[in-house]
Amino acid sequence: MNPVPAVEIAGLVKRYGDKAAVDGLDLTIARGAITAVLGPNGAGKTTTIETCEGYRRPDAGTVRVLGLDPATQSAALRPRIGVMLQSGGVYAGARAVEMLRHTAKLHAHPLDVDALVERLGLGSCGRTTYRRLSGGQQQRLALAMAVVGRPELVFLDEPTAGLDPQARRATWELVRDLRRDGVTVVVTTHHMDEAEQLADHVAVVDRGKVIANGTTEELCRGGAEDALRFDGPPGLDLGPLLKELPAGATAAETAPGQYRVAAPVDPSRLLATVTGWCAASGILPERLSVQRRSLEDVFLDLTGRELRS
Amino acid sequence: MTTVDYSPKPGAAPVGRMLLAQTAFETRMLLRNGEQLLLTVVIPTVLLVLFSAVDVVAVEGPGKRVDFLAPGLLALAVMSTAFTGQAIATGFERRYGVLKRLGASPLPRWTLLTAKTGCVLVTEVLQVALLSVIALALGWSPHGNPLAVAALLVLGTAAFSGLGLLMAGTLRAEATLAAANLVFILLLLAGGVIVPLGKFPGAVRSVLELLPISALSDGLRSVLQQGAGVPWSDLGVLGAWAVLGLAAAARFFRWE
Repeated sequence: MNPVPAVEIAGLVKRYGDKAAVDGLDLTIARGAITAVLGPNGAGKTTTIETCEGYRRPDAGTVRVLGLDPATQSAALRPRIGVMLQSGGVYAGARAVEMLRHTAKLHAHPLDVDALVERLGLGSCGRTTYRRLSGGQQQRLALAMAVVGRPELVFLDEPTAGLDPQARRATWELVRDLRRDGVTVVVTTHHMDEAEQLADHVAVVDRGKVIANGTTEELCRGGAEDALRFDGPPGLDLGPLLKELPAGATAAETAPGQYRVAAPVDPSRLLATVTGWCAASGILPERLSVQRRSLEDVFLDLTGRELRS
Repeated sequence: MTTVDYSPKPGAAPVGRMLLAQTAFETRMLLRNGEQLLLTVVIPTVLLVLFSAVDVVAVEGPGKRVDFLAPGLLALAVMSTAFTGQAIATGFERRYGVLKRLGASPLPRWTLLTAKTGCVLVTEVLQVALLSVIALALGWSPHGNPLAVAALLVLGTAAFSGLGLLMAGTLRAEATLAAANLVFILLLLAGGVIVPLGKFPGAVRSVLELLPISALSDGLRSVLQQGAGVPWSDLGVLGAWAVLGLAAAARFFRWE
């Protein structure tokens, strides 16, 4: 396919005063996939994305988007990308459909506005002006404006911030539709579950650097093993259980009555061993679950810090 | 549920179409805004009718009261749209990220600024038409060369646009709102719009004469009221303000 990656960032540095918001960031984003740039607030996600969009000039390093330099070749780049800012971007007195129709007119081959309005449920906004739309409606309008020009590459900066779960899922669905039709999507988020649910690739950013990068699968596979959790009576003696499991296994009561067992074995064998031991001990395990290593665990392993939202 | 085909087909619209669309859109936004209409339509109209009918200010020069007042209120109309209205609207567009978002769209910046100018000119044509009809109904008899009038209006628009954009692009939106309204009131009173500059002491007067509003109202009055030729000195003052204002706006305007 196309040999030029969607985004190529090498050694990007961007300072505001003394503080480096981005501090030597390297990242290559493939075409045709959904890539999440994940990290806590202040990690440098928005600065990185806005450099790709041509809003900021790098203090050091290079940025190429679709093979172009956003700082100097912006006129060629802008028609090919779609941008959703973290907030705002719409005339306060404009109505939703009117604003979308106007945005479409700036493009040569825009999407059918009526179909997009229906798809995103913006029709009900009617004659309401932007400043009176709900937060969710404003977000959906900004998303529609980002895709209406049929771009090759879409940058979405925290597209689901402040949305209720239903609206979040609707946004995810649209992002998946974009991938289905061959659009490359770059989405920033500080929600682990959003990155896990949505993205093919995840770049974890912290303190202005990419600290981990790969498919969701790859990131969650490395390092710690899967764990099994269950609830039972508090104060169980876990020693006999550990004897039934291979060396390296751990078992702990993480909170009174809540247990976590991990072992370097197949999850199904682990499950069989634990349930067998429970039955033999006359315990009924409740809320039994096998848990994959989550991105949250990955982030904690990498930084030793909580991912604050 | 509707399915939409998002497969990429990027491209900017032809620049002429973008310019037209942006101009039409900006004009629609302006005409929908109640505060803007108050500023650009209601205030000049009320002042024209009120002061033509009531003998509160002592007018100067030949003809009826309206012959003195109509050129001043045409100057005020230009200032209200090109300076006050444009500064406030642009300041809030900057504050709400509209200018930032447009910066990532295919619309080139010069096209955006040209569209803003187009929107100002369209509004001014409507204002001039409205004020002229009312003034004529009040017995106004304009004189002079229409081309000189057009030159004054265009240079006045350029001067006020530069100053308005300079303010909108450097101050916070709230500060722009306050300052633009304050300047509007001050220049309305001290710029020869309804109060003749002859009422001010000589030293003050010679400073006030250098204001863009004074040059515009004086120039329009010398042509329309007195039937004089091209008012070069007033055009010179407006030209200087236009160059200074637009250059400073180009240099200091911040888009975010």
